[in-house]
Amino acid sequence: MSIQTITSKTVVLATANIDTDQIIPARFLTTTSREGLGVNLFYDWRHNKDGAPNDHVLNTNQARDSQILVAGENFGCGSSREHAPWALHDYGFRAVISSEIADIFHANALKNGVLPIVINKHAHNWLLAHPGAEVKIDLTRCEVSLPGNGGVSRFNIDPFSRHCLMAGKDELGYLQDQAQAITDFETKSET
Amino acid sequence: MTRSLFDKVWQRHIVCEESKERPAVLYIDLHLIHEVTSPQAFDMLKSRGLAVRRPERTLATIDHSTPTRKNPDGSRPYVSAQAENQVNTLLANTKAHGIETHGWDSPGRGIVHVMGPELGATRPGMTIVCGDSHTATHGAFGALAFGIGTTQVAHVLATQCILMRKPKSMRVHVQGKLQAGVSAKDVILAIIAKIGVGGGTGHVLEYTGACFDAMTMAQRMTVCNMSIEAGARAGLIAPDETTIAYLRGRKHAPADFSSAARDWLSLGSDKNCSYDKEVTLRAADIRPMVSYGTHPGMSMPIDGVIPKGEPEALSYMNLQAGSPIAGTKIDTVFIGSCTNSRAEDFRIVAKILKGRRISSHVKAVFVPGSEQVKKQIEAEGLDKIFIAAGAQWREPGCSLCIAMNGDTGQPGELILSTSNRNFAGRQGPGVRTILASPATAAASAIRGVVTDARTFEQADRP
Repeated sequence: MSIQTITSKTVVLATANIDTDQIIPARFLTTTSREGLGVNLFYDWRHNKDGAPNDHVLNTNQARDSQILVAGENFGCGSSREHAPWALHDYGFRAVISSEIADIFHANALKNGVLPIVINKHAHNWLLAHPGAEVKIDLTRCEVSLPGNGGVSRFNIDPFSRHCLMAGKDELGYLQDQAQAITDFETKSET
Repeated sequence: MTRSLFDKVWQRHIVCEESKERPAVLYIDLHLIHEVTSPQAFDMLKSRGLAVRRPERTLATIDHSTPTRKNPDGSRPYVSAQAENQVNTLLANTKAHGIETHGWDSPGRGIVHVMGPELGATRPGMTIVCGDSHTATHGAFGALAFGIGTTQVAHVLATQCILMRKPKSMRVHVQGKLQAGVSAKDVILAIIAKIGVGGGTGHVLEYTGACFDAMTMAQRMTVCNMSIEAGARAGLIAPDETTIAYLRGRKHAPADFSSAARDWLSLGSDKNCSYDKEVTLRAADIRPMVSYGTHPGMSMPIDGVIPKGEPEALSYMNLQAGSPIAGTKIDTVFIGSCTNSRAEDFRIVAKILKGRRISSHVKAVFVPGSEQVKKQIEAEGLDKIFIAAGAQWREPGCSLCIAMNGDTGQPGELILSTSNRNFAGRQGPGVRTILASPATAAASAIRGVVTDARTFEQADRP
């Protein structure tokens, strides 16, 4: 799957420091599959104590049609579970925008077709204040275009990850191509 | 050019240098795996017809989904068939690929970050990864150790390497000596409270100063373990004689130990090396700490009043800003997790519990970090003190720290926990968590309320 641009209305979860236990609670991690985790995305936020779905924004049709999640700063802190981007992707999200994204989540998202986009505080605040805004993410130009008076914001993304995402390639193939260098390293360091 | 400990370890493992276009290819010396984050990685290998490149550099355990009780007939009460299948999948995958595995029948089995060091598999100067964010624990040995996702677990299984850009560095200097009754857990909670839950994002921490020099390896592991709770993937402490003494004679210790030890001592940061960020604390200022909110950055001295400014978190916790946290009624005490489940931790607990009873309204669950810890504590007879005091003494595992094996709290319950995360729902939906040291946990178990172990000892000691 290759990504060039994503255009979608946003869903906003403005809370800061959303951790991976919120994104997908640990009790759903006994699976051995990476499929079908979207139903457990933000499970405890989306359900009442009796297990019935509540009126959380992620239970609306508008959210189910959205591909862009805007979240408060330091999104994805906590555990290394890749189930977090798997669940976001399965639900339908293809990008998360915040002013700060935690390291391990950031690395995991890039490998699973969920763009982790860190933008400046000004644009972030604009997005937090305008849920449902139609936003365009252009990976070829590294730009986020906000509608109306929102303007255009640049974002940084690792050039290699960007190349992989745009070409629809994965990193394992690249690592396998380094087999000779790896063998040379092992020979040198283990003798 | 002067180099830090982190610079030295990083440099030793570069297979291909980083460039503007490409991250570095970094060689991984030790790959730890467990049942939760590895099955999908083995599937990725299978779908591409790939083998495990270096099975002997891979070490497996079962810890997260494992029950901590046994049925009377010796069988294990898994929380679900899915959890049992996950454990069996790990055992089958590692058997098929010839990976050393500490399953049910191994005396070495334990929480992955307790087990690695115990076996001497964790050594200074290594690169160590695991599909688990608390891999930072192994940094206590001067190893560069960090958590990775499952896709990268597959990368390491297949190539023994990962692609990574070099993170920035941050020195956390704690000068001087701790006051009596202040533990390693209090130090790391004070550090996280100071730099914030995202304060270390993008950085590798190095802990320096007399405070850490004086610590045992178990204490250093407690500190490094929680580096990720400040957003830092890794946190390191330079190897010294304490490190060497710990590793000598362990199962995986190198054959030529003394030459390895000389090399380890050369890894320490050069004088006047530079860091991208530096923060300094005075050990004497640190008091016993507890968390009051819904991430570890919301931590405070146990003898203080709950700060204002986090209304949402306080509402979840059902705590009042401006009130003292000491005296808050608790329902459960959990002593365990990769942060605080080593023999030293349980000895501290036993010293406080000896001859006393846990409050009648408190459920106390004590879970050793490994089979070795369990055996050691039982050999010292300390399990009898726990049981006499009214605590449950369980089988090793992650248990109530991540609450995915069936050990879970009830909605609204307040758990005083020696684990590492107080996120909303971490210990079960609606469960409230206060993080604390083993000493605070033991004293609080007896009183039934959040209790400063220092005042407890003064008041109750004969």
